[in-house]
Amino acid sequence: MTVAAEGLPPLRTTRARRNALLQSEPVQGFALISPTLLYALILLVLPILVVIAHSFWTQHYLTIDRTFTLENYRVALTEPIYRDLLWRSLYISLTVSLFTVVLAYPIAYFISFHGGRHKSLWLFLITIPFWTSYLLRVMSWKVILGYNGVLNSGLMGLGIIDEPSTALLYNSSAVIITLTHAWAAFAILPIFVSLEKVDRTLVEAATDLGDDPLRSFLRVTLPLSAPGIISAALIVMIPTVGDYVTPKLVGGKDGVMIANTIQAQFGKAANWPLGAALSVTTMLIVSLMAGATVLIIRTLQRMAR
Amino acid sequence: MPEQPRIERTHADRIQSERPMIEIRSVTRSYGAFRALDDASLTIREGEFFSLLGPSGCGKTTLLRMIAGFDNPTSGSIAVGGQSMEGIPANRRPTNMVFQSYAIFPHLNVEQNVAYGLKRLKLRGGEEKRRVEEALAQVSLTGLGKRLATELSGGQRQRVALARALVMRPKVLLLDEPLSALDKKLREQMQVELRRLQQAVGITFVLVTHDQYEALAMSDRIAVMFGGKIAQVASPKEIYQRPVNRQVADFLGGMNFVKAEIVEENGASLIVDTLGFGRIKTDKPKAFVRNGGGATLGIRPERLRVLWDNATAKFEVAGKVVERHYFGEITHLIVEIPGLEKPLSVTETNDFGADDIPVGTSIRLAYDPEALVAMAD
Ligand SMILES: Nc1ncnc2c1ncn2[C@@H]1O[C@H](COP(=O)(O)OP(=O)(O)OP(=O)(O)O)[C@@H](O)[C@H]1O
Ligand SMILES: [Mg+2]
Repeated sequence: MTVAAEGLPPLRTTRARRNALLQSEPVQGFALISPTLLYALILLVLPILVVIAHSFWTQHYLTIDRTFTLENYRVALTEPIYRDLLWRSLYISLTVSLFTVVLAYPIAYFISFHGGRHKSLWLFLITIPFWTSYLLRVMSWKVILGYNGVLNSGLMGLGIIDEPSTALLYNSSAVIITLTHAWAAFAILPIFVSLEKVDRTLVEAATDLGDDPLRSFLRVTLPLSAPGIISAALIVMIPTVGDYVTPKLVGGKDGVMIANTIQAQFGKAANWPLGAALSVTTMLIVSLMAGATVLIIRTLQRMAR
Repeated sequence: MPEQPRIERTHADRIQSERPMIEIRSVTRSYGAFRALDDASLTIREGEFFSLLGPSGCGKTTLLRMIAGFDNPTSGSIAVGGQSMEGIPANRRPTNMVFQSYAIFPHLNVEQNVAYGLKRLKLRGGEEKRRVEEALAQVSLTGLGKRLATELSGGQRQRVALARALVMRPKVLLLDEPLSALDKKLREQMQVELRRLQQAVGITFVLVTHDQYEALAMSDRIAVMFGGKIAQVASPKEIYQRPVNRQVADFLGGMNFVKAEIVEENGASLIVDTLGFGRIKTDKPKAFVRNGGGATLGIRPERLRVLWDNATAKFEVAGKVVERHYFGEITHLIVEIPGLEKPLSVTETNDFGADDIPVGTSIRLAYDPEALVAMAD
């Protein structure tokens, strides 16, 4: 073997080896994902590393002191203002994910089980709001919820209230309503996909074994669509914690979220290390919350047996 | 035809009663102008192993699903256990189903699958566990209770589906081609087991199949269906030996058809003249409709026997072997008979050397005139 290999001209050996390398599956796989991988490395991993590094440094007016410190984390976790903002962000994102999933599920269920031949049409209709800019959609919620808005005039017209309510806009509820609406489609799709995968004969089998429609739904369809619920919850939860535009536009003073503060630290307040520490803290807590959500849904799924 | 003594199925006969379990009355199921089931009437008896047999698309599944309650007749009525099923949803019918795909719940293990229908009954004091164990033992799955559906073989999944339905102690067990996904050997083994199980539990089984051997081997009675219509309902033997028409005869294995002239028609018998077989007296089929002066007779290939050397028989025809096909334990011979428009197909066991008969040989065939049955076209 070795003797034979030595007898070959070196050039051919390398070429053969290169061909073998190019034909191996892992290499081909890497070649396929490499543009995306590079892109992700440069634009995602590197910035995160920079942010993490900053979070351990200190801002001195215009310069940054690069000695290692945990002071920023102490501030982020103990200063009431940041702690409150963090809690509020988590509360808003959890509530939004819950509402979104609860509202999206029946829609996804309807399309999957009763959509008939028009499934793709229904899915297409759901994407229509995305034809307009997100800002426009947020603004339209301002029109609905505002002091002279649709809802107030409607309620007044019906005689339910005497003067316009200010409780509708510029608070965390407004943020929750707007975000729930904005993310609905993103929750419908994964739930729809997992419902499509539920074998319909399983539902028939459950019926055959004595389950009424509600029972067979709770015992078969719902547990089997849990993967879709999990992805939907995560898809909504993770980005909404760090949402910045919505609270800025409809949140008012009471709807400010952590991302607004982080933005301020990198902007006006010019305290990058503190902003970085807040970002990293948020990131970690979101990961924990996401993990907890997965665990809770899995446990519920197991209990449905 | 003399009544032959019945020695097989004595056990089943004991359980079986004449009481009707399922009564299907003029059931039609239309999809637009197309009738998947066309005015089907049928009575299935208590404790019977009943098969619905027919080619693909003839409406077997449609009928089974209407008995289960997953579909409703366009017209006609279905009663189970003397009670009309109209308006009764599938979950409240005294029937359980074994699905063709088995439909094992993938998120549950074997035990949980079998216990699925019992959970709702809220049985007390370990009764649920006992019944699950019993059902698993019935299908020889003891010890596999903790396995997930994904960790089972095809045959094992099938048993889980069976146990899950049997544990509910239904009046009727419906099986939609339960064996079609299994390989030949396992299928034959399961046929025997299913039959044994049915006799042990005494529940009425309704099996859907397009495999005639499966239906013949397992059933007490068979309904043969074509194009949404029920062609014949009878015991396997009757169906095989006395098919009502050519279609049924053909579907249940090979049949030689012989044209005949009716000489005399009286009461229960026919006297006909054939070119190859001469004058024959035969039982008149129940639904015999005289088609001018002609009739069709049929004889199964294995009812024709090769006469060796100087052997003689009371009834024989002479002909010439034109083709020979070897099948291991048997040989198919195609024999041309002067006067017959189509050569006869003959099946002969190989113990006497039928596989060595050269093509072109002149041979004589013995037959029993009673094996020649008259049928509608
Ligand atoms: N939903 C439906 N719409 C229109 N036609 C249907 C529908 N369901 C069944 N059919 C038709 O009804 C006929 C009977 O169907 P069925 O499923 O009962 O056949 P089958 O005898 O079970 O056949 P197979 O052995 O292939 O399972 C078929 O011709 C089928 O195309
Ligand atoms: Mg079918």
